[in-house]
Amino acid sequence: MNAVRALLRKDLLLELRAKESVPAMALFSLTTFVIFHFALDRNTVAGSLASGVLWVTLLFAAILGINRLFVAEREQGGFDAFMLAPVDRTAMLIAKACALFIFLTIVELIAVPAFAFLLLEGSILPALPGLIAVLVLANIGIAVIGTLSSAIAVQTRARDLIAPLVALPLLVPLLIASARATQPLLLSEGALSVPTKWIAVLGLYDLVFALLSYAVFDFLLEE
Amino acid sequence: MYGKGMRPLAIGTFFVLTGAFALVFFWVPADADQGFIQKIFYLHVPMAIVALGGFIAGGVMAICHLRTGNSKWDLRSYVSIHMALVLAVGALITGSIWARAAWGHWWVWDEPTLVSFLIVFLLYATYQPLRFAIEDPEKQARYASVFAITAGAFVPLNFLAVRMAESLAHPRVLGATGGAMPSEMRITFYVSLIGMALLFITLWKYEMASKHTTAQLRILRRRLLGDDGVAPTGRSAAPSTVLPARPKP
Repeated sequence: MNAVRALLRKDLLLELRAKESVPAMALFSLTTFVIFHFALDRNTVAGSLASGVLWVTLLFAAILGINRLFVAEREQGGFDAFMLAPVDRTAMLIAKACALFIFLTIVELIAVPAFAFLLLEGSILPALPGLIAVLVLANIGIAVIGTLSSAIAVQTRARDLIAPLVALPLLVPLLIASARATQPLLLSEGALSVPTKWIAVLGLYDLVFALLSYAVFDFLLEE
Repeated sequence: MYGKGMRPLAIGTFFVLTGAFALVFFWVPADADQGFIQKIFYLHVPMAIVALGGFIAGGVMAICHLRTGNSKWDLRSYVSIHMALVLAVGALITGSIWARAAWGHWWVWDEPTLVSFLIVFLLYATYQPLRFAIEDPEKQARYASVFAITAGAFVPLNFLAVRMAESLAHPRVLGATGGAMPSEMRITFYVSLIGMALLFITLWKYEMASKHTTAQLRILRRRLLGDDGVAPTGRSAAPSTVLPARPKP
């Protein structure tokens, strides 16, 4: 657990000082909202369209973070140092997934209000409790799958291409569940309750991929 | 080594597949709704099932690879996924043709099986680029195995999620094990399925034998001509079949 805390602290400190991922992800989300406004030629969106715009934006913003997640470890020798340390390899997985989770949360703290302000028809406040639950569950899934695919892709020569190609299909079921769960929340005539079915699917998906990543991650760090 | 039993297997595959097509064309009654075009079912569904089976088998072989560290399992997993990809392309094309004939559209989004199949295909389409992008053969094998395991576990999950997403308002024309199928159709379907599975095994063995022979040939050449006589293998997505160096007799 100490190793996880140390690694996480290092990642957060690095992000705080270099500001490589989070500002880019947040800015990317804002730009994407503007692009959606013009591409769809709509001033406001609601219902399934709103949920789709929000999730596509968050997913692609997450891809930016996923791409950068292990780059410093590889280029600055972080992997080698970690391999020398007498700690459990899984610490890296947990720390990186936590870091990605925190990055995503910060990005959403900026992107979701911006979305409500720029594009959403009606108020986001009644939808907020349900939306937060969906966002947290989806973030766990994106963090786990993102860490796994980033770790697979970082050793390749074309990692910026491979990471999204691996991560996006794996994230499709997560996108289905999140988008479906968000739809009734963003209706123009007021928020309905979150469909529990999709919350359950999200939770199950997170759990399965967390276990799967835990099982295979060791093999990605062997030298 | 992998060539053993190839001939009877190939002959058996030939007869079962030909028999299956003979049943499809001359014996099984045409579907009451769709007529002749429904017969593509006996090609499309076995292809899809065998492709998915091949993907999952590739994942299981990848588990064996990581557990034993024997690169033979990596080669097996690679060949299995390779063949399954070929069948998956076939299944997507025949599925599209069937959708066009039955429903009037080349692509139907509310058919969950077709959609989840496309997602699985898109994921596995990254398998070869991923291998190709890693130069070190040992690392390539390990990362490819991790990918194969993840993707293999993803296959059933994805089908579950996509199926739940559809309203199921669209009637399933034919369930693969549909209870409503007349017995002639069911028998023909099972024969086609067995034929397709045999075809997969034959092709798998064939590619394994080919890869194995190439590697053996390289070893013999190196022994005969020395290291300079053998051109170095280029970078490749296929596992470099490194065989353990045997002591000279």
